[in-house]
Amino acid sequence: MEPRTLFDKVWDSHMVKSVEGGPDVLYIDRHYIHEVTSPQAFNGLRQRGIGVFRPERTTATADHNIPTADQHLPIRDTVSRAQVEALAENCKANGIEHFGIGHPNNGIVHVTGPELGYTLPGMTVVCGDSHTSTHGAFGTIAFGIGTSEVEMVLATQCLLQARPARMRITVNGSLRRGVTSKDLILYIISSLSTGGATGYFVEYAGDAIAQLSMEARMTVCNMSIEMGARGGLIAPDEVTFGYLSGIPSFSSDPDAVRLLEKWFSLRTDPGALFDKELEFDASAVPPMITYGTNPGMGMAVDGTIPSEEEAVTDDSGSHRKSLDYMGFSPGMKLLGHPVDYVFLGSCTNGRIEDLRAFAGMVKGRKKAPGVTVLIVPGSQQVARQAEKEGLAEIFSRAGFEMRQPGCSSCLAMNDDKIPPGKYAVSTSNRNFEGRQGPGARTILAGPLTAAAAALTGMITDPRELIRNGYQ
Amino acid sequence: MKRAKFTILKSTCVPLPLANIDTDQIIPARFLSSINRDGFGKNLFRDWRYDKKGNIIQEFVLNRPEYTGSILVTGSNFGCGSSREHAVWAIADHGFRAVVSDSFADIFAGNALNNGLLPVVIPSEILGKLTTMIILKPETIITIDLERQMLSVEKEGISVPFPVNPFRKECLLQGLDNIDYLLGMKEEIMAFEKRNSP
Ligand code: SF4
Repeated sequence: MEPRTLFDKVWDSHMVKSVEGGPDVLYIDRHYIHEVTSPQAFNGLRQRGIGVFRPERTTATADHNIPTADQHLPIRDTVSRAQVEALAENCKANGIEHFGIGHPNNGIVHVTGPELGYTLPGMTVVCGDSHTSTHGAFGTIAFGIGTSEVEMVLATQCLLQARPARMRITVNGSLRRGVTSKDLILYIISSLSTGGATGYFVEYAGDAIAQLSMEARMTVCNMSIEMGARGGLIAPDEVTFGYLSGIPSFSSDPDAVRLLEKWFSLRTDPGALFDKELEFDASAVPPMITYGTNPGMGMAVDGTIPSEEEAVTDDSGSHRKSLDYMGFSPGMKLLGHPVDYVFLGSCTNGRIEDLRAFAGMVKGRKKAPGVTVLIVPGSQQVARQAEKEGLAEIFSRAGFEMRQPGCSSCLAMNDDKIPPGKYAVSTSNRNFEGRQGPGARTILAGPLTAAAAALTGMITDPRELIRNGYQ
Repeated sequence: MKRAKFTILKSTCVPLPLANIDTDQIIPARFLSSINRDGFGKNLFRDWRYDKKGNIIQEFVLNRPEYTGSILVTGSNFGCGSSREHAVWAIADHGFRAVVSDSFADIFAGNALNNGLLPVVIPSEILGKLTTMIILKPETIITIDLERQMLSVEKEGISVPFPVNPFRKECLLQGLDNIDYLLGMKEEIMAFEKRNSP
């Protein structure tokens, strides 16, 4: 048999049918839904007079627009409340498992799915949310879809999809101290640009990836979409199996051993061909920040903002417009630039390891005056764990606001908006104009750089603090 | 469900020559809180169209009387970012039937096709030429012929082919709905499930 890529193995095993001259009919193992992109899909089903085909394969959580304070009270914003209520009703009417606001399993859809053991190697996973690519960390084909496709999956458990091209990104070496997997992915995106992987599905490989924890791998896969890729995946290995063994629903499954054996074959065969191959050296990756209004506009924390000619963008008008929006100019350094807000959270960096990394640096210290620091755990489980480990205590002593789980400032659909013109160092994934509130200026970074900004009130190299005994 | 058929579109265009326009710009998250598909057009490019107080920003293309029509001509990697289909609903609700660029983000292109909005990919040089032409002569009429897969400007002698997946093309031409197609495959889907059950 021809050597095949991991991606093709998973795709082939889910192909119900190949449509002549068209997309394949792909069977979907796991479908996650949330309140913002599903109501119109359920309306569509009602108009057709049909129900959900395989409700047991769908799981719902409310995350995008929910408040992160006083979650026990009714949602004040009436439109948001209508969406959250519509989700609950649609799930009830169709027999879909639903983790609503306040439920012990509630949280951001891409944080809860993995931690509950719902995302498993070799699956196809979709959700009406572009960061579904997160789940690729388990060796799944996971990607975001639109609402019409949500309706398609609810109705038939299948999707019409053209097979994307394959790219392999091999990262060798080791990340240096003070550098996280968020920095690695920001580094990769800055070298490819925000549309550089459009049309591709990316497999991440190499010893630097093998050394990453599951949570760190999720951060990498999560941001695949930010370079245009359909998704990203990593072959399951001992780290994956170790992570899954820690999840009660999996470790108590009598089938677990058989599954583990099956998953061992889930890797790219030697000699399998990719449409594009790239290589990176992990030891060259510095702590990264973004300076513009798309995630491809990134540089080293101590770097200099490139000019239009130097920048890896495809349009100079956009570069200028972007820097104007941020209040920056080419040739400027951002080290020492004042920061008004710091946001730790989102499906990129709202997991327990991110909270631990952040806490490790701030422990026993206080936030800089004038900075508002918002800590939003990715799920109820993360919040409970943070409480148990004493992280919540560290945060409150430092003067941070510890909130309840949700997407929060990542897309600012709720009240957690950054005011116009203010600078926010954010561990989320998008620095688009207005993403964190109209006029808000977002600087994306990893949890260590964010912690450094929280303590100093300015853009600071976390390696500098580490050298001075922080962490 | 039947959809409107897409055959030949002849129209003036609205130029928006910026690269990497993300779906947060097309429709900001704070306007996503409806549970219906309609009514999003009024918030299309909201923060470029209106200032913070809600006043019209005169310079923005959608507010300029010389630029009208049902074709949006834009820059590379259009529709990147969030998968929100609301972006497509907003563009369609505003009255656009086609978006022309030299590249689209994958999810956006899929969402557009699922809603009868045609993403038309043409080579960068021609896109540049076309954009300049529209800006200088807003009355320029572009023809998009889906059957022949040709974009042309008769007066200027421009004629360029564009790619469309044959299956998607057929669906658009006939006004067919993909979900109906899949619903017709239930037997095969169930047979697949049976083959793959543990
Ligand atoms: S945290 Fe942000 S990126 Fe992640 S699902 Fe929520 S809104 Fe989307």
